[in-house]
Amino acid sequence: MSENAIIKLIDVRKSFGKQTVHKQINLDIYEGKTTVIVGESGQGKSVIIKEILGLIKPDSGQVIVDGHDITKMKKKALEKIRSLFGVLFQSAALFDSLNVFENVALPLRERTDMSEEEIARQVDETLGIVDLDGSQDKYPAQISGGMRKRVGLARAIQLSPKIVLFDEPTTGLDPAKTEEIYRLFYSTQRKLGYTAVIVSHDVPKVFKLADYIAVLHDGYIQEFLPPEELQRSENPIIRAFLESTMGKIYSSEAEMVE
Amino acid sequence: MLRLINKLGELTLYYVNMLGRMGVFLVLSIIGIFRPPYKLFPILKQINSIGSQSIFVIAFTGAFTGAVLALQGYYTLRQFGSVGLLGSAVALSLIRELGPVLSALMVTGRAGSAICAEIGIMRISEQIDALDCMAIDPYRYLIAPKFVASLISLPALNFIFNIVGIAGGYVVGVLILGVNSGAFFSGMEASVTNDDIFMGALKSFAFGLLIVWICSARGFFVHLDRAGGFGAEGVSRATTNAVVLSSVAVLVFDYLLTAILI
Repeated sequence: MSENAIIKLIDVRKSFGKQTVHKQINLDIYEGKTTVIVGESGQGKSVIIKEILGLIKPDSGQVIVDGHDITKMKKKALEKIRSLFGVLFQSAALFDSLNVFENVALPLRERTDMSEEEIARQVDETLGIVDLDGSQDKYPAQISGGMRKRVGLARAIQLSPKIVLFDEPTTGLDPAKTEEIYRLFYSTQRKLGYTAVIVSHDVPKVFKLADYIAVLHDGYIQEFLPPEELQRSENPIIRAFLESTMGKIYSSEAEMVE
Repeated sequence: MLRLINKLGELTLYYVNMLGRMGVFLVLSIIGIFRPPYKLFPILKQINSIGSQSIFVIAFTGAFTGAVLALQGYYTLRQFGSVGLLGSAVALSLIRELGPVLSALMVTGRAGSAICAEIGIMRISEQIDALDCMAIDPYRYLIAPKFVASLISLPALNFIFNIVGIAGGYVVGVLILGVNSGAFFSGMEASVTNDDIFMGALKSFAFGLLIVWICSARGFFVHLDRAGGFGAEGVSRATTNAVVLSSVAVLVFDYLLTAILI
């Protein structure tokens, strides 16, 4: 492929106790593209996100981010690499003792020398992008799940990261809120041009956003293809996965008659 | 038999690991104190939470401790005809021993449990992971202000405990039991030395470090707990453990410090 892989997982293996979650993961994430990692629950999709961030260290293998193997990095170097990322957690992971404004302002206050006026201006602007004007003073416990995800997204993109990782961004949301998150994702990515990695089991909706789909099953990435090609895949594991999530896929008229 | 050896090995490894983690936690937290950017507000907020909000309970405990010391001391000293020593007996017991220990135990129960629960909840709800992901050092942002606040608050609370305790002793000894006021204070002035005050202050400083270290670390590593550090139950177990461990540590270190300093 001609594209430049900004993240590479090479022969990554990870066990928790006696359970091997990743047997041999090989995955390339291309710069500026959207890669969606799908798979059934319990296959270790979120673990890939944590391995990319260096929060979980693989038992063996390499995780290369922007040309550096983060599995061998010390704390300080890892912090530097992490500044490339924005992360939207499954639970949004907002700081529950801080209000919406303070949550979104936190990366700016801690990682930049911006004045309070500049911070206020930028936070208001970002909250406007994610349609959260007027919610600045509310605490995470006082807002809905969808709003929490939007605050999480606002916080994730606050420092214009190169890569944004989305861990199950639409889990627990109704279809309308799901559409809204996808719309926001689309508009923010167009605006900021970040590389996106989305872990999701919202198939087939999430296919619309993806440049590439990686299917995780049984500890391996079974396929890594653009969505259209994936849907034509003859791989029985992929076909079984797609059928279980999208309903039966007919490859010929004869099959339909049967 | 083999299972027993296995279990023993597992336990040993767990506790060696835990000790190592606690040690690294302490070092990283102390480094966190000196890492820029330096912000005063989070420290003041923690001083309010650990220190200011403990003043009432510390003063209350101090007053009654001083009062009961005076009461017990009066009836013991009366047998030897030396009630004039009551002031120094109350002051020395408070300054050298009871002030630092009891104020530390009260802070453990009030603020230590809150520190552990707060950090534990942040851990299980991925808030600490979120800090890591934002390249914000959780030791600097979250733990260091609690360390600084505890190291400032404990000696201050100890002094409040001592002063209120002496006042409590005065009320019972002088106002109720009729010991001579001049004898009460002159005995105190003659017997309490700078070394006694230094010993009390050093103890409360050490206890401040112990409490904040144990309580923060138990919350920070709640997810690695042997009994399963998940959810509200995991946090509640970690909090109970933190309070028990801190209280025991305070008493053990009190003996050790006394043995060294005396």
